[in-house]
Amino acid sequence: MATVCFYFQVHQPCRLRRYSIFNADHQYFDHEKNEQICQKVAHKCYKPAMSLLLDLIEVHDKRFRCSFSVSGIALEQFEQYSPEVLELLHRLNDTGCVEFLAETYYHSLAFLYSRAEFARQIKMHEQKIGELFGQQPSVFRNTELIYNNEVARFAANMGFKGVVCEGVDRLLGHRSPAFLYLPPNLSTPVLLLKNYRLSDDIAFRFGNRAWPEWPLTADRFANWINDINGTGYVANLFMDFETLGEHQWEDTGIFHFLEDLPGKVMSRPGNDFATVSEVIDRFPTSGEYDVPQLTSWADTERDLSAWLGNSMQSNALTEIYRLESAVVAKGDPELLDDWRRLQTSDHFYYMCTKYFADGDVHKYFIPYDSPYDSYINFMNVMDNLRGRLRMASVAS
Amino acid sequence: MKVLMLGWEFPPFISGGLGTACYGLTRGMSQLGTEVLFVLPKAVPADYSSHVRLLTPTALFAGGDSDEIERKAAELAGVTFLAVSAQMKPYDSMTEPGKRRFLLGTDMKEVDEQIERALRGDDDSGPIEAAKSTNASDYAGDLMGQVDRYARLVVRIAKRHDFDVIHAHDWLTYRGGIAAARISGKPLVVHVHSTEFDRSGENVNQVVYDVERAGMHTAARVITVSYLTKRIVTQRYGVDPDKIDVVYNAIDRNGKAPAPIPAIRRNERIVLFLGRITMQKGPEYFVRAAHLVLEKMNNVRFLMAGSGDMVRSSIELAADLGIGHKVLFTGFLRGQDVETVFRMADLYVMPSVSEPFGIAPLEAINHETPVLISKQSGVSEILRHALKVDFWDVEEMANKIIAVLRHPPLQATLREHSVLEVSRFSWRDSAANCIGVYQKAVGQKGS
Repeated sequence: MATVCFYFQVHQPCRLRRYSIFNADHQYFDHEKNEQICQKVAHKCYKPAMSLLLDLIEVHDKRFRCSFSVSGIALEQFEQYSPEVLELLHRLNDTGCVEFLAETYYHSLAFLYSRAEFARQIKMHEQKIGELFGQQPSVFRNTELIYNNEVARFAANMGFKGVVCEGVDRLLGHRSPAFLYLPPNLSTPVLLLKNYRLSDDIAFRFGNRAWPEWPLTADRFANWINDINGTGYVANLFMDFETLGEHQWEDTGIFHFLEDLPGKVMSRPGNDFATVSEVIDRFPTSGEYDVPQLTSWADTERDLSAWLGNSMQSNALTEIYRLESAVVAKGDPELLDDWRRLQTSDHFYYMCTKYFADGDVHKYFIPYDSPYDSYINFMNVMDNLRGRLRMASVAS
Repeated sequence: MKVLMLGWEFPPFISGGLGTACYGLTRGMSQLGTEVLFVLPKAVPADYSSHVRLLTPTALFAGGDSDEIERKAAELAGVTFLAVSAQMKPYDSMTEPGKRRFLLGTDMKEVDEQIERALRGDDDSGPIEAAKSTNASDYAGDLMGQVDRYARLVVRIAKRHDFDVIHAHDWLTYRGGIAAARISGKPLVVHVHSTEFDRSGENVNQVVYDVERAGMHTAARVITVSYLTKRIVTQRYGVDPDKIDVVYNAIDRNGKAPAPIPAIRRNERIVLFLGRITMQKGPEYFVRAAHLVLEKMNNVRFLMAGSGDMVRSSIELAADLGIGHKVLFTGFLRGQDVETVFRMADLYVMPSVSEPFGIAPLEAINHETPVLISKQSGVSEILRHALKVDFWDVEEMANKIIAVLRHPPLQATLREHSVLEVSRFSWRDSAANCIGVYQKAVGQKGS
């Protein structure tokens, strides 16, 4: 048998407004634009795709199951700008077929800079998921699937039974991501590795007419899933939820594909769907997956160069975390919230120079003309935030 | 393919980007094995000799370091220079707005007669006087006389040499290009490095405009240095966009070791403006941005290198804004001094109001200085690793200048990526693109 394990990532950053060195106010975020984008994506992706998942769960009598990780700031934006999306998430939750993962509330890179802040943001997110859906997440995903042995150790200490990460060829060697693994010398957490070939067939190649497999049918894809039989247990299909309708537009046929897929998968004997916890409970682990260096699910490099590839990015990140003790000590909730919203990984992704030469695909998602503009804007905001801290300390 | 190329400046006698472009293009063509006959006016005051002098590249660069001359000459192996004596220095006589208004036209009668004589096969070896404009005492008027004289000398050259295509750079040579095309029956390609609208805004000189327009409409193909300029040529001169090809300028990484960083390493940061200080280049926006920068930080100086009709008003503006001591004017710089200021600068700013291309930012980057350029420039179409602003947005200009001065990682990232980006540009590619245009022109003519 082969089990399909879908995990969908839902995230929207709080984009900054244009903020010059001559600005002095504390309005850093572009609420209008964030609302606009949130509603646009809700219209193209969240609403139709979530409605489709609800239908699939019902049509297939709860045998279709999947997992979600929704960042805290995405949830906040749904509450504010698009309550219908939150309502759909509630309905998905009510089916009992959807599991929510834990992540950093602010979709941050805190793991790399501050373990204390990292833990705090995970706790915040757990609390939010508990409040909204009554679930206690037991599987953790770090921002952009950034992972190494240390992430596993930290997650184990926080009580997670599983962590999702990228299945990187150079680390797997001849082994398959269709098995479950353990970090070296630990008995938890169980590692679920992304099957990047099958995941990217949907997430990146689906609408590509130059791809030899185009147009991909659910039937053919179900065959590839079925091929896992005998060589593993599970096809971990991890992707941005925005794949459905936003990255792959409706006219590519992505919704029809998804609609057909569960039936085709389950028409092959023994194949089914499961959430991340169900996979962990059902299958044994098959050895160690040793990741001494940081990996991620980004690009072909599967490294951190999209967020830490140039000195502007590392400077901005270092500077924002340098403020940690002062911000936390100050205890001003507004200041704390602003500081945390600035930690969202997207701000640093916008400063990436490696796509800049040929980055039409990336350009669609980047709200700046250049990585330099993005850095300047971010540093101006941080400058102002730093000023608020200084004033605070002078006052006290 | 053999090209008759009509220019009006060439190193070492240059006042702007055109000479640099002609030098780069001919060097590129030489590398590609395309032969070039380059007609170059040489300013020889009071010498109205009719002779066209054949100049070797070695003679052209005479006076400098001998190894250097050899190297430069070798790079121009496929180029023959024909020096004609004419005085064509438009920016000396034309940048004073009060004077350029009086630039008067000539009716090209003498050029026409020369062409007629040449076509009849008459003896035309006699001296060629400068055509008299309607107001010969006005030296700006005399420029048009020189333009026509140049055209008549080109008639002679066109009669005596073989070539497949004529390539004329900017309006001063267009009459020569038109004449050469009539004599030879070969296609004319005009290369628009700037237009009258770039040089003078809406205050257009009708005579110059007419010469430009005639050249563009007579030409088989038109080359512009950017899409920005293509748009102007289409909209303001009524040229069919299908007839226009864009060929960007370039820069070759100089093989020289970088000049040592000047000893005056200092606590002060330096922001550089380098170019003609004229309306087109936006010096006023630079001074106003400097004023805003100085509201936020003090340890910075603004260097304005260049000459032009707005030097005085820029000095006055700086004084009025109370930043006179922070804005320094160096006058016109050449050679080693240019290199030195580029290397001293933390940032080069080109706030041009209208810049058909703008080679100077590429030169700055070649000296490892990051650049901030106006979006109203052709070079911004190909340069990605630069900061960009609308020239009028002085506050954003200041915002970006401050960011570069305050955040070393920004400066470092810009420098690293822009140097790499610019190292991929080459005059050889630009020359190859021009040759592609020649082929179109020759093909059109034959069909």
